[in-house]
Amino acid sequence: MALRAGVTFVKLNSLRQATRLLSTHTRPDVCQNGGTSEFPGAKAPYVNEIKFLNENSYDPIPIYRVMDSNGRIIDSREEPNIDKESLINMYRNMIQLNQMDKILYESQRQGRISFYMTNYGEEGIHMGSAAALSPRDLVFAQYREVGVLLHRGITVSELVNQCYGNCEDPGKGRQMPVHYGSKQHNIVTISSPLATQLPQAVGAAYALKRMPNNDRCVICYFGEGAASEGDAHAAFNFAATLDCPIILMCRNNGYAISTPSSEQYRGDGIAARGPAFGLHTIRVDGTDTLAVYRAVASARDLAVSNKPVLIEAMSYRVGHHSTSDDSSAYRSVEEIQKWAKDESPVQKLRLYLEGKGYWDAEAETQCVKEARDTVVRAMQDAEKKKLPHWKEMLEDVYYDMPPKLQKQMKQMEKHLEKYQEHYPLNKYLNE
Amino acid sequence: MALKSTPVLFGLLTRLSRRTFSTSKALASKPVTVRDALNQALDEEMARDETVFLLGEEVAQYDGAYKVSRGLWKKYGDKRVIDTPITEAGFAGIAVGAAFAGLRPVCEFMTFNFSMQAIDHVINSAAKTFYMSAGAVPVPVVFRGPNGAAAGVAAQHSQCFGAWYSHCPGLKVLMPYSSEDAKGLLKAAIRDPDPVVFLEDEILYGVPFAMSDEALADDFVLPIGKAKVERAGQHVTLVCAGKATDTALQAANQLAGEGIECEVINLRSLRPLDFDTIAQSVAKTHHLVTVEQGWPQSGIGAEICARVMESPAFFELDAPAWRVSGADVPMPYARSLETLALPRPPDVAAAVRAVLANRGECFMHTPCLGEGTVVMWDSLPEWEHTH
Repeated sequence: MALRAGVTFVKLNSLRQATRLLSTHTRPDVCQNGGTSEFPGAKAPYVNEIKFLNENSYDPIPIYRVMDSNGRIIDSREEPNIDKESLINMYRNMIQLNQMDKILYESQRQGRISFYMTNYGEEGIHMGSAAALSPRDLVFAQYREVGVLLHRGITVSELVNQCYGNCEDPGKGRQMPVHYGSKQHNIVTISSPLATQLPQAVGAAYALKRMPNNDRCVICYFGEGAASEGDAHAAFNFAATLDCPIILMCRNNGYAISTPSSEQYRGDGIAARGPAFGLHTIRVDGTDTLAVYRAVASARDLAVSNKPVLIEAMSYRVGHHSTSDDSSAYRSVEEIQKWAKDESPVQKLRLYLEGKGYWDAEAETQCVKEARDTVVRAMQDAEKKKLPHWKEMLEDVYYDMPPKLQKQMKQMEKHLEKYQEHYPLNKYLNE
Repeated sequence: MALKSTPVLFGLLTRLSRRTFSTSKALASKPVTVRDALNQALDEEMARDETVFLLGEEVAQYDGAYKVSRGLWKKYGDKRVIDTPITEAGFAGIAVGAAFAGLRPVCEFMTFNFSMQAIDHVINSAAKTFYMSAGAVPVPVVFRGPNGAAAGVAAQHSQCFGAWYSHCPGLKVLMPYSSEDAKGLLKAAIRDPDPVVFLEDEILYGVPFAMSDEALADDFVLPIGKAKVERAGQHVTLVCAGKATDTALQAANQLAGEGIECEVINLRSLRPLDFDTIAQSVAKTHHLVTVEQGWPQSGIGAEICARVMESPAFFELDAPAWRVSGADVPMPYARSLETLALPRPPDVAAAVRAVLANRGECFMHTPCLGEGTVVMWDSLPEWEHTH
């Protein structure tokens, strides 16, 4: 217990320091009347005046940014050193993502796939964070982080095949659309129940930490709505108490389906919780790809030395929550337009690239056309592909197929042999 | 969550362990408590495989709320025996994530009653991820801890999760009875590539069972999905698991004095369920009674009866099969009521007699008449206790 109390003391001290550094903490007037308390739960000064703290006791946590709305660098010392090719690649992936969202969203409307979620407005968070990580870092995504997957090298074709659940879907048609995953790309399969990825990501980070000479970290994406789940708080606490190599990346896009962030929480957003849990914390402009890059790159340095980090990337969800949502019911077109145009992360990065002489209108037209063609071609191909073999339905429930499932499979085989003309077997992959 | 006062539980445990327990192999070599057998299993598997680690509330310095992890923290250190903050959803999620990333976590719930706070991780994540990832991400995690009724800890701390978890594809669910079961099955669970829910029993922790030299050896592993015939008999088949095995064996002893020989099948594994052993036994005895501590509706007994109905074993029955289960109420606190809410040997014996006499339609048991009272009633069909 003595040992533990010591650790708590160190943590509390660093937490206090972190709070001071991060916010311009207006300290209550402390009237010292005899040193510091020795409670195991808090080493704090005594005061003899009642004073409650509230959200106004602290200045809001500032938002770090590198570019202004016109893609101009504000302070040249903060401009990240990313080479031309990588910058153009990041931008191209944004365009690719936009085109894919546009076409797949429409394909859901046409009844070709059952569900889809777009990523508009958060492209900067995806590209900035993905570019700052090592491809070996493990990604736990929520569901709106497709840009990260594209950056890791997953092809449009693979993503479209997943949405169509055909025989080339790496997930074998098991999951609903947009629940991607790729072991090869270090991206853990997406799980629908909100925020469950958070404690799991911390657990995976703990596993990485245990490996000798670990130089990898985990990044876990979640929305500000998910941050209300109990799992999120558990994950913050465990990340801190287990000193895990993890970046907890909150995409605060202003809406959890229809619930605006003003109804989601009180206090200064998600970032304000970080220092309270003992996490290194920063708030960043999520529409500024370069700022996200800088923040994540610095966070990664901390994380790989087992200092967990919380990042709150501020953005705006320009699209509807999903194909099951119509956001015009709860927000104005003017509000959406402001974020879609003036504060668009895609536009900001484009203006930055143009300023550097890396991009122009012609390249833009060409890139959009290519991106569109890639998606259309992938979709046409996906529709022609066969469905996974029916036997896949019974695979992977257990590591070794139990006799009961083997029996069912054999029964089905015999049944299909006898009555094959009644089933559309030609649509399914053969053995 | 509310009740984590271990000394209180320990007192109750000591009081309860004074009750008599029958063990089938009284002559075998060495008595070992279930607690020590579990401890041995953990120790041996941690020594064998560096990726195995234990996490949960108070498992490290405090040796676990029920002392199952005694000495392991001293031996393996902070890295492999981790005390966590009190958040079931948190550490169950951590365990699942660590399994995703290649470790073999053993996640202790102080009692399985608290696993409900983390059930999303157990079912939606642990059980389904291998399937949802198309076989790319195995989840070799073990969730273990005491399950079912303890003593004097009432409704929120006395609940059997056998039926809950065995409902779910993707999970394996084990329920050990004796020390041999506990050791062999826990070792199998830790080595298994699939997520395993391992349901122990608080009252059995302190009970010594004879363990053979073979079972004491560090390479002793029991197969998952195989039941054990604890006692052979030709008149009626009793199917049970965990603590209910003790109830069934006591009833079998009692009935033997009346010339009724029961075959007692300790399931050991609820999922996969060893139905072959049950069917073979029914083919011999032509009578079936199931015994469990959980509630009757959609329970393990219900599942066994349904499987009998769907199989040729049905034609072997000379009388309808019967379920003896926990009463269909939340567990009461008062000791007299608590005793009546769980199946007792006389309840099992009465059910066996009724089934053998094929007069199941009039067999009723009421928890209102005091201990040891089993009545045969022709009326009051609204009572639903032992069927």
